[in-house]
Amino acid sequence: MCMNYIYFFNQKNGTYPSPIKSSLSCVCCSSQAEENRKRENQAAILIQSWFRGCLERAYLSHLHKKAIIIQKIWRGFTARARVRQMVKAAYFIMKMNFYEEMAVRIQQRWRGFYARKHIHDFYARKSYMEGIIKKNNFVREELDEICYLQKKERESLKMIKEQTAKVYQAHRLHYLLSTKQCPGVFNSPFRQAPHEMELLLRQVKHSAPTRLVPKSRVSFLGIPDPAACSFSAPTESPWIKSTRTCSIRPALPPIASRNHQVMAVKARTKSLDVED
Amino acid sequence: MSQRQIIQVFEQYQKSRMQFVQTISDLAARPQNIEILHNAGVMSLLRPLLLDVVPGVQHTAALALGRLADSSNSLAEAVVKENILPDVVQSVTSHNRFQKKAAAFVLRAVSKHSPELSQAVVDCGGVDALVQCLMEFDPGVKEAAAWSLGCTARHNATLSQTVVNAGAVPLLVLCLLEPEMALKRIAASTLSDICKHTPELAHAVVDAGAIPHLAQLILSRDTKLKRQVFSALSQIAKHSADLSEMVAEVGVFPAAMTCLKDPDEYVRKNVTTLMREMAKQTAELSQLVVNCGGLGAVIDYLNDCSGSLRLPGIMMLGYVASHSESLAMAVILSKGVSQLAVCLSEEPEDHIKAATVWSIGQIGQHTPDHAKAVATANLLPKILKLYTDASSSEDLQAKSKKALKSILQKCTHLPALEPLLYDAPSKILKHVMCQFSKVLPHDSKARRLFVTSGGLKKVQEIQAEPGSVLQEHINAINSCFPEEIVRYHSPGYSEVLLERLENYQPT
Repeated sequence: MCMNYIYFFNQKNGTYPSPIKSSLSCVCCSSQAEENRKRENQAAILIQSWFRGCLERAYLSHLHKKAIIIQKIWRGFTARARVRQMVKAAYFIMKMNFYEEMAVRIQQRWRGFYARKHIHDFYARKSYMEGIIKKNNFVREELDEICYLQKKERESLKMIKEQTAKVYQAHRLHYLLSTKQCPGVFNSPFRQAPHEMELLLRQVKHSAPTRLVPKSRVSFLGIPDPAACSFSAPTESPWIKSTRTCSIRPALPPIASRNHQVMAVKARTKSLDVED
Repeated sequence: MSQRQIIQVFEQYQKSRMQFVQTISDLAARPQNIEILHNAGVMSLLRPLLLDVVPGVQHTAALALGRLADSSNSLAEAVVKENILPDVVQSVTSHNRFQKKAAAFVLRAVSKHSPELSQAVVDCGGVDALVQCLMEFDPGVKEAAAWSLGCTARHNATLSQTVVNAGAVPLLVLCLLEPEMALKRIAASTLSDICKHTPELAHAVVDAGAIPHLAQLILSRDTKLKRQVFSALSQIAKHSADLSEMVAEVGVFPAAMTCLKDPDEYVRKNVTTLMREMAKQTAELSQLVVNCGGLGAVIDYLNDCSGSLRLPGIMMLGYVASHSESLAMAVILSKGVSQLAVCLSEEPEDHIKAATVWSIGQIGQHTPDHAKAVATANLLPKILKLYTDASSSEDLQAKSKKALKSILQKCTHLPALEPLLYDAPSKILKHVMCQFSKVLPHDSKARRLFVTSGGLKKVQEIQAEPGSVLQEHINAINSCFPEEIVRYHSPGYSEVLLERLENYQPT
């Protein structure tokens, strides 16, 4: 503004020299008139410049005031807009906080519910524990059963073994059988009933006193496999006489024996006896 | 001399050689003759007979040598020192199967005594020769070879690695499939000896496909075979979790439990060892064991047996309980705690007691319910007694302390804690006090019980350094009760009252 003022004044100054003229035009007192003229000219210049200055100043202050009004209104406008925006934002944030708080509550309840129902399911755990106890008891019973069965199997195998051993012994001790005249060792007259060995001896089939054929050994070992547990009574031993008459194998006469015909006759008479 | 007479001389010599070796081998069968034979210098005499022309003499000489080396360490060392081993290895590679068997017997007898002797056998190329024997048809030869490989591999990991590097493992797995029972037993036992040292060896055995065959053999009837099979499976399973999982995948589990009722105690012990190794690895495997009803079976097993046979069962319960609190609760509900209490009271040995105490600690450490179950079985005073007893070993004391600490930190069942107030040393006492100070502020009935049972009186009598944790807890407990009651129970209160009485002037 100041610059404008100066500029304005200088501009004005530029045009000044010409218009202002002094009223006095006498030649003899032209020097005094000249001096007066100059002095008045200067005074007029001063007055005029001051007056113009006032005009400018008034104009400038008018402009200032208007500028201030404009700026004031503008600043108020932007500030209010900003405040409105801030209020909107704060409101938005408040709402979001509220929503989030509510969402947190919902999630808390949901997660608690879900965890209690599925992850740390109390009733499932309880039923699991009860299931384990039941399973333990069940397994115990099963194991007891299996143990019992295995024991019975082992005992039956043992019995079969013992029985076969006894039968084999009876087969070897066949000569101790009691006869009509003379009671055997196992059939003492002082006993109420004959000893079991005596009964076995009676049952055992006496084989012909040939040389010990290896086949008899094989048949001893060919007794049914102990692994196949048969709980039935001691098996068909080749030494025990079977009651079925038709299954008796005829004793083949030995090939290299001299009493070939005698043995054949003996065998035939034996089979005839049994058939009776 | 005629030809016949000359030949007769040779025949006589042969007969006398044969008689000599047969007599020596019969004498060597009795242990009392060994020393005498050794002093008579039998080794140097038998050595040339090993390389004899007649095969009968050769193999009887080898048999005698084997029996001598079998019975004593010094004779086995003599075999090595006198360089008889290369000759023996030579016999192993011969064609006659009796000689092979006898030579393998000698190698076994030498290598079974110590790792150095086994190393000597390995250095002579014994292992390769034995592996060649494993490819034979005759089951007796295979059995002898497998047994010697087993004795060699038993000692340490490097020897096992040598056996594996010679390619023995696939042949041993094939031996498992043979019909002869003795061969199966020996093959299983050798595999067990190989696997037990390191995980890599166990992997080598598993890669040869041993596990399915071993699992099939569980169903056999032979007792000794079952012992070896279970031992082999547990040695495989013990190294890492994936090996255990491989064993579990084959479906070993439900079948193995039937063997828990086997009449032979070592079979039962090995089954329980297998279960322990599997339960140790991960929580899922423990879960598998529990779901198959294993807990009930093991607890019955503990009931039936005694002594060091109980150890794997006790440790199995501890490992199962250590994984999670639901498994620990399963152990409690299967009456595990009462069984462990029985074991604790019956067993005299310290290491079994230490294992029992550790297991109890694992069960009780999870939540207050678990601690309460342990406390109501009246176990806490017993463990305390083991801790303070001077005759317990260090290991037992350390384990008791740890178990007590972990149980006490969760125990809120005050009637069980009270007996501990009386005899506990200060380290345990501070945990007890801590528990009291946590429970008493909230429960008025407990406070009443505490006062009437004399607990408050005992607390006042405890001397603790001011500023220590114990003193803080004591202060916390005292602040739960009104001043007068605390003062009433503090020691020396009667003297204070009497003093007041003396100073009192009735107006």
